[in-house]
Amino acid sequence: MSVIGAPITRVDGKLKVTGEAKYSAEFQVPNVAQAVMVRSTIPNGKIVSMDTARAQRVAGVIAILTPSNAPKLPQGGKAGIHPPAGRNLSLLQDDEVHYNGQPIALVVAESLHAALYAKSLIAVRYQPAPPKLDFMAEMDASHPGHHGKDPADEGRGDVEAGLAQAEVKVDEIYATPIQTHNPMEPHATIAKWDGDHLTLYDATQYVSGVKSSMAKTLGIPDDNIRVICPFVGGGFGCKGSMWSHVVLAAMAAKQINRPVKIALERPQMFGPVGARPQTYQHIVLGATRDGKLTSVRHDVHCHTSVMEDFLEPSAVQTRMLYACPNLTTSHRLVPLNLGVPTFQRAPGEATGTFALESAMDELAYKLNMDPLQLRLVNYAEEDPQSKKPFTGKHLRECYSRGAEKFGWSKRNHEPRSMQENGQLIGWGMATATYPGNRMAASALVRFLPNGRVLVASGTQDLGTGTYTIMSQVAADTLGISTDLIDVKLGDTTLPKAPVSGGSMSAASVTPAVKVAATQARLKILTMAAGDSQSPVHGATPEELDFKDGKVFRKASPDKSVSFTEILARQGNKPVEATGDAQPEQDAERFSAHSFGAVFAEVSVDPQLGTVRVRRVVGVYDVGKLLNKKTGASQFIGGIVWGISLALFEEAHVDPHTGRIANANLSEYHVPVNADIPDIDVSVIDIPDMNFNPLGARGIGEIGITGAGGAVANAVYHATGKRIREAPITADKLLA
Amino acid sequence: MNPFEYQRVDQSQKAVNAIVRSKQAKFLAGGTNLIDLMKLEVERPAHLVDINHLPLSNIEQLPNGGLRLGALARNSDTADHPLVRKNYPLLSQAILAGASPQLRNMATNGGNLLQRTRCYYFMDIGFPQCNKRAPGSGCGAIEGFNRIHAILGASDQCIATHPSDMCVALTALEAQVRVLGPRGERMIAMKDFHRLPGNTPQMDTNLNPDELILSIDLPSSPYAAHSHYLKMRDRASYAFALVSVAAALDLDGDNIRGARLALGGVAHKPWRSEEAEAALVGKPVGPEAFAAAAEQAVQGAKTYKHNAFKVVMAKRSIVRALTVAGGRA
Repeated sequence: MSVIGAPITRVDGKLKVTGEAKYSAEFQVPNVAQAVMVRSTIPNGKIVSMDTARAQRVAGVIAILTPSNAPKLPQGGKAGIHPPAGRNLSLLQDDEVHYNGQPIALVVAESLHAALYAKSLIAVRYQPAPPKLDFMAEMDASHPGHHGKDPADEGRGDVEAGLAQAEVKVDEIYATPIQTHNPMEPHATIAKWDGDHLTLYDATQYVSGVKSSMAKTLGIPDDNIRVICPFVGGGFGCKGSMWSHVVLAAMAAKQINRPVKIALERPQMFGPVGARPQTYQHIVLGATRDGKLTSVRHDVHCHTSVMEDFLEPSAVQTRMLYACPNLTTSHRLVPLNLGVPTFQRAPGEATGTFALESAMDELAYKLNMDPLQLRLVNYAEEDPQSKKPFTGKHLRECYSRGAEKFGWSKRNHEPRSMQENGQLIGWGMATATYPGNRMAASALVRFLPNGRVLVASGTQDLGTGTYTIMSQVAADTLGISTDLIDVKLGDTTLPKAPVSGGSMSAASVTPAVKVAATQARLKILTMAAGDSQSPVHGATPEELDFKDGKVFRKASPDKSVSFTEILARQGNKPVEATGDAQPEQDAERFSAHSFGAVFAEVSVDPQLGTVRVRRVVGVYDVGKLLNKKTGASQFIGGIVWGISLALFEEAHVDPHTGRIANANLSEYHVPVNADIPDIDVSVIDIPDMNFNPLGARGIGEIGITGAGGAVANAVYHATGKRIREAPITADKLLA
Repeated sequence: MNPFEYQRVDQSQKAVNAIVRSKQAKFLAGGTNLIDLMKLEVERPAHLVDINHLPLSNIEQLPNGGLRLGALARNSDTADHPLVRKNYPLLSQAILAGASPQLRNMATNGGNLLQRTRCYYFMDIGFPQCNKRAPGSGCGAIEGFNRIHAILGASDQCIATHPSDMCVALTALEAQVRVLGPRGERMIAMKDFHRLPGNTPQMDTNLNPDELILSIDLPSSPYAAHSHYLKMRDRASYAFALVSVAAALDLDGDNIRGARLALGGVAHKPWRSEEAEAALVGKPVGPEAFAAAAEQAVQGAKTYKHNAFKVVMAKRSIVRALTVAGGRA
């Protein structure tokens, strides 16, 4: 069996369970001072005064940075802004308050306790201004927004004409709330200056992004900054950008001429480091009696911060998911006095498929058609918007395999028709989808005299398994065991790699590993052939092979020389190669997307409205899955979050103060173990060679897509009640 | 967190003496609520009197057939105690419905009684208004986000709810709280232990600041055979009650000889409805009597923008809890 795809246990697993894996806040930096952020308590206005006298007197306080004394940054701290990656930050450069919970000062002290106590003694006076907090009221004042290369508005054909042809219509509003990422590891940064060189230990999904954003923000050369992040305790998008605390740590460290550490407190994870925006999605579907879509409208309003435009592109997948000649989609932003929102696992698709797949289910009921059949009737053989062929699409197989595993054919279509022990049982399904993204990346592979091989790239492992798949791809290319490979990542001194976001680390970095390994292998072969003492002396590289660390002629495999012998005779110096990989030149010929089918069973208490998910089956087409074990964990994690989107999560904004009311993990509900049932995931596993040399599309995000819709549809099937506003809590079912 | 003095005591009288001496002193037991609130700066005691070493951890039978739960017995030990499980399964269920195993392993019985509300506006000092935290500042919840708030017994000063599950069962079981103060011991009936907010929402209980809880005494109970604790919450565990019901029936065949009904998550204190109990007594077990009791229990309910659902949820939960308690589920 090839090592690629094998269910290898994550190579960093032991380090994690033994506590040896070092997360950003855990680096022991001598003489480090502790900093805590002071945050605003009004949603809009100006700081009139900040009395820090009592705080200054607390024993152990070193410095208090406020808007009146903080070091001035180039362009008022806005030099690093290039949304959506470089964010509009709160760097104490002015006295403006744009949201409740905004960083407005930094206390630096010898100990965390001293810093926290001093923080509690700071008195702030504000001149408040009326805040924008009412999403519905502000909708009229919305403006178009765009997401990366996707336009805000896009469509095809004539939706009105298509609607006129329709025999059946669905016209509904779907809504999803603000969701916060809340990775287990809160954001943390240690900043340390050596002269004009800055080292950052930072919990991030993008070491080289932090490096360049920081360089621009501080106005120093890129090369003066090193960012280190070997482990991330979950990112989910909120660690994809550099946020205010990172710069504040660097500013404070410079000012006090000592290393400074900031680790965010859990409530600070609600506001200053992004959230998934609230969405309000108007969907109109028109279809003929036989289920053929004649018209699709998907108009999205989502909130953003008054500080910056960020769009949750919920209608983008609608442009390509189903075949329909007439379509219109739009995205509008509603600025509010809240923290800057950001990417959260499958930005757009997570919320968009909740809405679209709920609407498709509604259409199926209006047509009295099996919901799966409706998807098949509208199956898109090519991308219906771009008219390009897909790099690879095996969604039909996902539907059929999923349906078979789940037992979908035994479903009674009628709502409330399936019951068990007094509980209503519901079966729902939905389509999952996420784009296949890929960017340029580099990696190096180094043969070491001690017999080990180092594989390195300046990428990140968010807990997803990047270490492991890098090891696997190198092992496969080199024909050696993963036991002989060490992986290094999360350091800007290593070859550059893209952000670990958009499900593209695996798809971008592993091809670079493959190139580097191929070239390093070639170097070893060439050295072996040139080594007069080696049994393969004089051979051409084409005549040679390399396996288990040994070079031999293909014609005589028993006469071999190990790479350590070769290195030993060359002065015991390591041999390495760097490899670059970028999207295929003809990538633009194709439309690259992953797909999946999700089936969910729920039980609902008919009197109490309590929903329990009883089982989920997900089948995905993601090209080649690089590791069946870490991959399955990713899908499962995504589905868990999809369940959470459907049933649990919501950040509540206080309507008057704009403060997040439930900014903690006891009141912001994520599922507990008891909420999560048996989840069965599998993949079609057909390599997508039009996409990259490994045939592997990324898998980090697709798991959450479709899952929320499948659960919502199951709740409808169980109860006959369509809840279009996530999360589906008992109060909504009792209403 | 503010700096504070820490003192450990080993005798109850010394604990009371210590607390009498310092105005801003608080007892520290399991710390599962107090320490959190100190981190949040909601509580800023100048002095902590650690009572964990007082000999108050026992659970023992009383001569009258009742059971004495030591104030420092941990919630988990209490829930798992054979006599609690046998004679007061309602209490065991209620405790196990609360918090998480880790918290229950630390939390004490006395501390459970003194839990403070989970009202968002109380828990976050960044909110300017909370009459409970800062008397006279107003109530942020009444015009704010009030999905988890009270529907019964609230005032225009405070609509917070009491968060405990255990206390709901203790109220239904007519427990007595034995306390020690500077003037000696006294007993406080569970129904009088917690207060309604009125104009003094800063006072959660009728325990004086210088009094120490010694034990919770349960009378012998005819309700062990037919009781049920039902908790409605937003996820399967580790969430506070939206509505909870402690229901207990004393049955004579199909006839209800006695009933106890208390609600959690709906008021500033565990909400016992003697009207609902009266509506059950003398009636045959069944949906009619249960529905009538449910109507009685929510009489006078007042709802706010986001919590109107609690009335329906409470009524249906009462019917369900009584149905299960009556063995008819």
